[in-house]
Amino acid sequence: MSKFKFAMYWAGSCGGCEIALLEIQAKIIEVDQNYDVVFWPAAADFKYKDVEGYDDGYIDVCLFNGCIRNSENEHLANLLRAKSKVLVAFGACATMGGIPGLANLSSAQEIKDLVYTQTPSVDNPDKVYPQERFTVPEGELDLPHMYDTVKTLEQTVDVDYFMPGCPPEAHQIAGVLDVVTAALKGEGELPPKGATIGVAPKSCCDECERVKDEKKIAGFRRIWEFFPDREKCLLEQGVICMGPATAAGCGARCTSVGMACRGCYGPPEGVVDQGAKMLSTLASIIDAPDPDEIARIAATVPDPVGTFYRFGLASSLLRRARV
Amino acid sequence: MSDNGFEPRLIGFLCRWCSYNGADLAGTARLKYPPNMVPIKTNCSGRVEPTHIMKAFADGADGVIIAGCHPGDCHYINGNYRTAGRYPLMEKLLEQLGLEHGRVRLEWVSAAEGDKFARVVGEFTEEIRALGPLGWSEQFKDEAAAVAPEAVTA
Repeated sequence: MSKFKFAMYWAGSCGGCEIALLEIQAKIIEVDQNYDVVFWPAAADFKYKDVEGYDDGYIDVCLFNGCIRNSENEHLANLLRAKSKVLVAFGACATMGGIPGLANLSSAQEIKDLVYTQTPSVDNPDKVYPQERFTVPEGELDLPHMYDTVKTLEQTVDVDYFMPGCPPEAHQIAGVLDVVTAALKGEGELPPKGATIGVAPKSCCDECERVKDEKKIAGFRRIWEFFPDREKCLLEQGVICMGPATAAGCGARCTSVGMACRGCYGPPEGVVDQGAKMLSTLASIIDAPDPDEIARIAATVPDPVGTFYRFGLASSLLRRARV
Repeated sequence: MSDNGFEPRLIGFLCRWCSYNGADLAGTARLKYPPNMVPIKTNCSGRVEPTHIMKAFADGADGVIIAGCHPGDCHYINGNYRTAGRYPLMEKLLEQLGLEHGRVRLEWVSAAEGDKFARVVGEFTEEIRALGPLGWSEQFKDEAAAVAPEAVTA
């Protein structure tokens, strides 16, 4: 029997998802037994032209990580959608914009200004910026067009499954690959289209082993300001932990080593907007009866957008800051 | 009607025990106030989540007003304290996203305060009119269609 066709692509991402796939360790051999890699820029030498030459639906499963923030990302999203039977938005960036989604607090021009002229270590007196098209004697060169607004994969093309995480945990990737391989072999069924896979029901708190009591806080602290108790819920100690507004599935690994949850697994089922939900949660546990005191405590959150929408700004209801 | 033809689109989340009755009283007392606000009856002002407010803005509202019982009067004992708790943090977050201060307003209106209700809606309508349209969804244009500028030669 011929092998199934596997592809993985990185759009606006850091490459951590590619490494996460290798974290399934010896199971990668099983992947090799079942699949031919037909496109995976991080691991194998394929050109875009190769993919353009495939028939539509040639790729059985494509793990697409990274957000859509320029015309190259968009082109590859459209291309891989057409060529893939199953397209998985893989990782926090593809599902909700991820860390690069915070670029939605600025415009593309503001980002270029900062990088090419305003950063103190940059020496660029003539204010030279990269040009999208440039003619040299050998011909014309071009760079992708950078967008003002970072998009998720779903805001760009039709997506079959969503697998959050920054990056997705190895045991969840292994589990998902088992389900997909079994389905391709006709030994099992795929989950319904549009499902979020590789997560557990309920919230991150459900998996967190810290002791939880009544939550009442008189101010927020950051993890470097004090020695947090090793057993007690971090939120109860005043550390903003995104656990209540984040889907389970990661095994609460961050909180088990004293780091507050940052929300990379996205909102739990039924929650529309992760940041708005977290804001609501926090406000409910502020222990102060009068509005002035509440405002004072709220002011101890230095960066609400960056905290509550660290991974989810691009997929939130408002999606970006007004430029 | 203003000169530029802009009529603010406002959403009002009104608590059913106090503020919604305040709105009713304004109506039965035949008080005049601008028709720009669409009232939405909620069981308690504490039921109004930041999600609802963001959805209102994302879907085209220019301003949102949340009205509930005065502190101490909540039918559910402390629902309006929850509202008051969310408000400063949400205001800060919305300002970070570029919404002007004043697009969201929190007011306590009792069932007896029909006149206050009419006054608040009137004031808020004029404040939002002065701020101008928000037009949140209009900033999402199709950037894939953007044409690359002319090629530069060395």
